[in-house]
Amino acid sequence: MRLDRRSVLGGAASVPFLALHAAAARGNVLNAMMPAEPGTLCYPLLNTRVVQQICGNIQESLLLLDWNFKPQPNLARSFTVTPDGLVYVFHLEPDVRWHDGAPFTARDVVFSCDRMLRQLNPRSRNAFNNCESIRALDGLTVEFRLKQPFNAFLLSLMASNAPIMPAHIYEGSDFRTNPHNFRPIGTGPFKFARWERGQYIRLTRNPDYWRKGYPRIDDIYFRVCPTPEQRMVALETGAVDIALADDIDTVVSKRLRANPNIVASTHGYEGVGEIAVFEMNQRRWPFSDRRFRQAFMHALDRDFIVKAINFGQGKVATGPIPSSAPYYDRKVLTRYDYNPAKARAMLDEMGLKKKLGGVRHRFGFLMIPDGGGVQTRGAQYVRQAASEVGLDIELQSSDWAGFAHRTGNWDFDMDNNSYGEYGDPAIGTSRFFVSSNIRKGVPQSNIQGYRNAEVDALFAKASTAIDPKEAQAHYSRLQQILTRDVAMLWIFERDPMLYYNRRVHDLVSGPNGPTDGFGRTWLSGEA
Amino acid sequence: MKHEKNRVNRLAYIARRLLRTVLVTVAVVLVSFFLIRLAPGDAATVMAGQSGYADEAFINSLRAEYGLDRPLPVQLWKYVAAVARGDLGMSYERRQPVLDVIVARLPNTLLLDAFALVVAMAGGIVLGALAARRPGSAGDAGVTVLAMLFYAVPQFWLGMMAVLVFSVWLAVLPPFGIETMGADHTGLARIADVAQHMILPGMTLALYYMASYARLTRTQMIEVADQEFVKTARAKGIAERQVARRHILRNALTPLITYAGLQASILVGGTVLVENVFSWPGIGTLAYEAVTARDNPLLLGIFIVTAILVSLFNLVTDIAYSIADPRVELGR
Repeated sequence: MRLDRRSVLGGAASVPFLALHAAAARGNVLNAMMPAEPGTLCYPLLNTRVVQQICGNIQESLLLLDWNFKPQPNLARSFTVTPDGLVYVFHLEPDVRWHDGAPFTARDVVFSCDRMLRQLNPRSRNAFNNCESIRALDGLTVEFRLKQPFNAFLLSLMASNAPIMPAHIYEGSDFRTNPHNFRPIGTGPFKFARWERGQYIRLTRNPDYWRKGYPRIDDIYFRVCPTPEQRMVALETGAVDIALADDIDTVVSKRLRANPNIVASTHGYEGVGEIAVFEMNQRRWPFSDRRFRQAFMHALDRDFIVKAINFGQGKVATGPIPSSAPYYDRKVLTRYDYNPAKARAMLDEMGLKKKLGGVRHRFGFLMIPDGGGVQTRGAQYVRQAASEVGLDIELQSSDWAGFAHRTGNWDFDMDNNSYGEYGDPAIGTSRFFVSSNIRKGVPQSNIQGYRNAEVDALFAKASTAIDPKEAQAHYSRLQQILTRDVAMLWIFERDPMLYYNRRVHDLVSGPNGPTDGFGRTWLSGEA
Repeated sequence: MKHEKNRVNRLAYIARRLLRTVLVTVAVVLVSFFLIRLAPGDAATVMAGQSGYADEAFINSLRAEYGLDRPLPVQLWKYVAAVARGDLGMSYERRQPVLDVIVARLPNTLLLDAFALVVAMAGGIVLGALAARRPGSAGDAGVTVLAMLFYAVPQFWLGMMAVLVFSVWLAVLPPFGIETMGADHTGLARIADVAQHMILPGMTLALYYMASYARLTRTQMIEVADQEFVKTARAKGIAERQVARRHILRNALTPLITYAGLQASILVGGTVLVENVFSWPGIGTLAYEAVTARDNPLLLGIFIVTAILVSLFNLVTDIAYSIADPRVELGR
């Protein structure tokens, strides 16, 4: 590099310009963030939220959900279902090409669903193992033949469960080491452009996108912002345009809502239907006693948790199914109001009397690592609430590995966690309550050890019922049993917040929110 | 003849120190290998937990892929054998060679550390010398208070306050990162861009160490100023400025070299907090990511590279010390 007077002056002159445009690429560019850099961009291999929000722009699914949770065409322009609910036939969109120019065909769908996703992704495996066969009827038609009816089958074809992958890239290779895991190929509105390790991932507009007139922005940057403070500053200074669920702690939501340049929205995560919960190891006494679990629910002021600890974001959960989701039945639920006196009486009644020092029972509470966020604050509140009814809780911290290891191996008394319902109890809810999913060593399964033969049978019947009324009847009975048993302690429905700069429009187009990508998003002038 | 003997001594000393570096590295590998496995959980459980949906097949396939299903001694043997061949293994999470991942990030950390070290030394020596000129004066007290303040304030807090003031309120400096995303600057514009991004993290690191240098310089200079050769210099009628610079400061600086060597070592491994606060893509952020993901090969690789760098820094310090003070002979 040659140093002369002109280049020195040019460099110096650029300093104030750079200061004004600190850290962000502007223009028709969307600046997003990611709390951690993903290890891979192979969607089936690592189905985390970060990978979903990046790859949701690159890879596509056969169907999308509309705001009423009804499946809408995407890569499949139409579909038919036989009356017995056993055969689904999908007619694919013609003239779709992969980012490398290869044509998208039925072969890609069969390869993705029958082989790659089934082999790599436990979430997809759950749905596709129910298929007797998956085959191409012609170049643009695919048939899924089920072993038994599964009324949530269409929902399991959404992007987070079933991204369609390119057969010509992956077939015959080791899926885990394929170099395209770091420069993915898809059919989506954006193409992978660059991965600057430790800094950002850049996606660029797919000019040959099959949906004409889209996408409407040129580039998307996903910037690594590991700390909550950084993410907050990035949003406030305009260094990034959007913050997705959990990027920003609710502790600053009031401040952000007051910012005229920032829009706060609760739309975009209805499809997840996430509930924050406490889990109890029901193999151990007194957690095995239903009366203890019921008493504990009465000891908790869940309204306080929502209003004070989560700063009014979300609502008190009433049972295993989110109140906004299909099959929710408020009439059958057993309610547990905040009543410490009743909790004390119930504990006395079950023989858990106060001992020396006024303590009835001591136990541990394993906190899910959320960087001091709402779950940690919630655990601190629980310790205080439990002490008022004579229960002494020791809060236990851990990192992700320790948390997943201890809960997966049933080495805990009580923990806090959350789960997503994903539009249907058969997809997101049943796994925490059916006894067939009590699997040692597997986190995010029925780690509590809850067993109820009637619940097992009802979940099986509900998911295979062809008549929606029959399915509703089974799910109503399930909600009645599970809330009566306090099979889990449902604390609050999360209702995560999306924050974005005012220049961003149409950020989400359905209940799956950012998982469906930013193909319809557009930007106005600077905010 | 004496020069030749000194040269041989120096080479023998360097060879011994390099051998010691190898031994230190082996010890680091062995101790770290077992230590990081004491914590419950592994990379497979992290991925299973974070994906929100897992089954035995998923976890077992990951363990088989990473070799975590083999007995611990077998894992250690395979790892040590690979390291001996210069292969630090594959990162679990990134599925890339560990050496490539580290080499890509190391220059960023060294750049930040070098900036911080130079600023800290220069600033610390100047402030310390000013304070030592009139011990007990208002200037001395001011430097001492300032030094104690920067020494006592936690770096992550200082970093966050710097972001608040200079990025949020004044909007004059970028809050984080190493360069402007998507700007694709080249040449001087890129240097200016990186320099601008380096100011906040670099100064956050530097201020802490600058405080130490200021305190050390002040103490050393006051101590040296009281020695006989300084009195002799003054008695000869040498100007006070020359006495301060040539006699006092020069002799006071030699302990600073040792201190700088130690601090350079600490800096390499000690930037975890500052790099994370400013999202600086260096070894510090990489180490943090490796710990949270239980990416053991990557973490071990960082330990090895850091151990080698620390040993080399110490060697360079010793050599620099012998150059600065000819009375010191290496190898004796």
